[in-house]
Formats: sequence, C-alpha cells, structure tokens
Amino acid sequence: MERDGHTHGSLIEVNAGFIPLLDCAPLVIAHQKGFARDEGLDLRLHREVSWANIRDRIDLGHLDCAHMLAPMPLAATLGLARMTEPVIAPMSLSLNGNAITVSNGLYGEMMEAKPDAARNGGRGAATAVADVVRKRQAEGKEPLTFGMVYPFSSHNYDLRAWLASAGVDPDGDINLIVVPPPLITENLRQGRIDGFCVGAPWNSLAVAEGLGVIVTTKSELWPMSPEKVLGVREAWAESNGATLAALVRALVRACCWLDEASNHQEAAAILARAEYIGVAASVISEPLSGQMRLGRGRVSAVPDMVVFNRGDANYPWRSHAVWFLTQMIRWGQVRTPFDLAAVARRVYRPDLYRSAVGPLAIGVPAGDVRPESSLVAIDDVAFDPMHPLQSLERTSIRSRAVDLSLFAAANP
Amino acid sequence: MAVVTATVSGHFCAPQQSAERLGIGRMDEDLKILVIDENPIRRAIIEAGLEEAGHHNVTSLGDATGLVQEIYRLDPDVVLIDLENPSRDVLEQMFQVSRVVRRPIAMFVDASDRASIEAAVDAGVSAYIVDGLKKERLKPVLDMTISRFRAFDRLRSELDEAKSALKERKVIDKAKGILMKTRGVEEDVAYQLLRKTAMSQSKRLADVAEGLVNAYALLKDGD
Repeated sequence: MERDGHTHGSLIEVNAGFIPLLDCAPLVIAHQKGFARDEGLDLRLHREVSWANIRDRIDLGHLDCAHMLAPMPLAATLGLARMTEPVIAPMSLSLNGNAITVSNGLYGEMMEAKPDAARNGGRGAATAVADVVRKRQAEGKEPLTFGMVYPFSSHNYDLRAWLASAGVDPDGDINLIVVPPPLITENLRQGRIDGFCVGAPWNSLAVAEGLGVIVTTKSELWPMSPEKVLGVREAWAESNGATLAALVRALVRACCWLDEASNHQEAAAILARAEYIGVAASVISEPLSGQMRLGRGRVSAVPDMVVFNRGDANYPWRSHAVWFLTQMIRWGQVRTPFDLAAVARRVYRPDLYRSAVGPLAIGVPAGDVRPESSLVAIDDVAFDPMHPLQSLERTSIRSRAVDLSLFAAANP
Repeated sequence: MAVVTATVSGHFCAPQQSAERLGIGRMDEDLKILVIDENPIRRAIIEAGLEEAGHHNVTSLGDATGLVQEIYRLDPDVVLIDLENPSRDVLEQMFQVSRVVRRPIAMFVDASDRASIEAAVDAGVSAYIVDGLKKERLKPVLDMTISRFRAFDRLRSELDEAKSALKERKVIDKAKGILMKTRGVEEDVAYQLLRKTAMSQSKRLADVAEGLVNAYALLKDGD
C-alpha cells in the first residue's frame, strides 16, 4: 500500500494555501465538513494575503498545493511569474465568479454615452466604455484606470478581452493596475480606479457600500468559464500519487456539497469567519445563491455566478489551458516561443483527475477539449483551441512585441 | 526548465541610469529604499536599522493604497515589503514590462539565492530590486532586514508572554484572595492550597486559579 507524506494517527498531512475569496470554499468545506478526513487526510489550510505569497510558499515547498488562479500553474511551468518549481493542475476548483464593476462616476458617463449598452451589460457594455474612452481622449482628459488582481489571472485576461472587443487597447487607451481585492473598495472610494474585474464576493461588497455598479458578470461573457484550479507542486504530485488522488476526491465531494442550494447558508456562515474570508455572511450569500445586487437598486438572478461542480466544472480541460497560454502571448507576457499543446498537456492533468474520481462513480468527460460555442463572446474573434495562433493572428488588438511567426514555428 | 533569473528586460532604463545601477560613481548609502509595512513599530525598527547601516535615503509607507503612484514618484532602487501585506501583488505587476513604471522591478531571486529567499520568507519579508541593480548591493540590506524582522518577532512573542504572565499572576492573586476570605487562611496557605490542587489534578496553577475565580463569580451572581 502506498503510504506517502507525514502521517498523524492514521491521517496523512497535506498543507494547502488559499486566498480569502469565495472560490477557496472547496478547500475550506473539504476540511470543515470532514470530506478530507473521510479520505484519510489531515488537510491543513494556510490563509495567505497575496498570490505572490502562495507562489513563494509553493516554490519553497512550505505548501504542497494551493487554491490558484488558473493561469498560475501554466506561468510557473513556463518559468514566468518568478517560479522555479513546475506546478500542475489536476482539477479545477470553480467556474465563473468574476464580475466587472465600474465606479458610480464612470457608470454615469457610460449612461450618457450609450445608455442601452451600459444598462444591458455583457459584452455590449464595453462599447459604452469605449465611447467614454474616446470622448475623454478628444477632450484631453486623464485616461481611465482599471484594476485587476494579478498579472497571471483570468481577471486580467477577461478585462482585457472585454475592452479589446470594443476596440479599447488595454495597454494604450487606459491604465491597468493591480489592486488587491481587500483594497478595492478603498481605491474606488478615493477615486484611484474607475473600474475593476475581481472575484466574488468583492464586487458585491463594492455594491453593498454604494461605491459602484456591476456592469457584467463572467458568466454572461463566457458561460462556465475557467477560474480557480488546485495547483500542486509537480514533484510532490509525482511522489504522493495516492494522497493527491484522495485530495481530489475530497475536493470534488466538497464541490458537490457547495452546489446544493440547501447548503448555501451554512457555507456562507463558515466562510464568513475571520480565519477564512472574513466578510459578512450576507455578502458571501449573494454570489453563492446567484441573487446579485448590481447597484442602482437593480437585482439580477445569475444562477451560474459561481459554479463548483455541475457542468463538469472540476474537469481540467486542456482547451482552457490553451486559452490562457494564448492570452499570455496576446498580451506580451511571454515572447519566447514554446509548444502550447505540450505545456497544456504537462500542466493540466485530466488523466490524474479521471483516475482519482474513479471510486466516486461520477460522470467524467472523455476528451481534452471542451465543446463550447461561447468563447467567441469574450474574444473579438472566435477562439479555436486546436488552432490558437491562427485565432490570435485575427485579433486586431494585441501586443505587437510578440512575433507570432516564431510561435507558429514552435507549434507545427 | 523554468529557470528564473533576477532580471526583467531592461530596455526601460535610460543609459545613464544603467551606469548608476551598476554602481559606478554611487555610494551604497545613496540607495533609495522604500519600506512598506503596516506595523508602525516594525517599520520604525527597520528604518532605524537602515539608518545605522548608513542608508539615509529611506522612505516608509504604512498605507499601501495608491502604491503604484508612490513607486512612480519615489523611483526606489529597493522595495522591502512584509508578507502580511496584500500589496505584494501590486509589485508583481512590475515584473511585467509595463508602461506603468519607468524602471522594471525584479524580485531578488535566482537559483543561487534560494537560501536568501527562504530566510526572507521565513522571517516574513520580501525584497524587490529594480532591474540591473547588482544583487551584492542588496544582500546586506536584506540580511539586516531579515534579522530585524526576526528580532521584532522575538519582541512580539516576549511581549505576548509577558502579557499572559501578568494576566496569570493577577488571576492567581485573585484566587488567593478568595481563599483567604472564604476559608480564613493566610496568603501562603492559600497559595499552597492552589498548588496542591493543581498538582493533584495535573493542571497549571493559573488554570486552577482561573477555575476558582470563575466559579466564585458564578456563585456570587447566584446570591
């Protein structure tokens, strides 16, 4: 019998890092509701306040695994993001969850420029932002400043793709800065940012404080789109195969529990504690239940605001990995050519997921590429995960410092 | 694969700046250092340490809102930040070649510096340098900061210990007072009673005293 890691009693110790965000819930619930213990694990959770801390502690081996932004394991394995240790993603922890919120001031300008687009949200709302951007340029005013949470994040790529779809160059027409989620409301209040893309529950907090308006949610732009993954040190995964499989099962069971509406109240109460997210349970309940207050008195039902398990949410689709890698190239984060499919194969590990969840008798997709029609909604051209570079060539706004022909040579 | 180096593309440095970065014609005390730490006591300890080491060009920030603008304004050579600070991620963006900052910033890390990084993370601090700065110039600054962070940690745990020792003494005194009053005994007899009870129950003296004080308060409330 495989016996890896430290054991405590009969439990095997696993150290996992997380950031106080709604989608850390699978780790918290796996621990609090006993799913980890059922699988023979002593799951120890370590709350961190920055993605940089998560990265460093994974890199130094203080943590075996962590709640990670989906692009982080890819960036780590590419040697970007200052990591030396390759990281793999054997499962996804959540889909959707993000939203784009603008300040009351910017919302007013959007309503003046294009009221229907501003009100209707989705991809169209970006066209109202574009009008404001052009008007400000014509009047010689300061460019707008948007915030996001980390360079290697879906928030960064979603916001960029959304703006670019309306002709706004995120590197030329606006300022795009990193703002840690707990500081977002303060930055909004002080007028340092005009809008931001962040995960739950921080958009709801800005609305609750009367500081902004949610103009679109990620579930509107790209339904069932990738967000957080379980990032695992590749070396640890290789020598702790049975433990990792047990962890994946515990997390999948926690995700199933989280998708049950009858558990939302209990989940919100647990997550509200200071050692986890540390904001009011009522604010956490909104994105969990999908009853979102958008600001200006508008309430909207967003049933897929955050998805933990349904719709094959935990399956690590390699097509998602390819999408993230393509965004890194699109925005000039990586200029040295590499084989996208090979990196996606090394980092995203549906094989490990499939063998881990075998005993749970749940449905597991057969392929690596998620069949989806809606990728077109977030990019300004249809994205083909089998031919990502050709898709990229057709985008009008992207980093011109990247030589796509070099990438084409590395991706026959 | 995945080799990390300490530098980001350096083409944002003006040529005369690059010469300065290489240490030509600059004294160590000319290093512009930015300290970001929300804890005012630890911040003061770090500042004092840098001052003692001959660094007089030090700015410190407690509030990190608007950090990008501050960094742009101050244009530091070295940034020191505590790991409890969510604004570390703001600095991460500066690894990316970006027009947000004039000079790209790199974390003080390469394969050979693993021990330094480990020591820094253990102590609870991280350091960033602008591209091109020789890491030999950062090493003494970082070493000093790490030792000050550790000293602060010791100070904090000593303070916590002192606080709880004081609290325990107060509880024991209170329990002694209760015994003296209710059993009509002298102070040393009351103390011996507490000690004997603690030993026979394998409990800490302070815990027995606390139990007595709580029970007494409960009984009194029932009157």
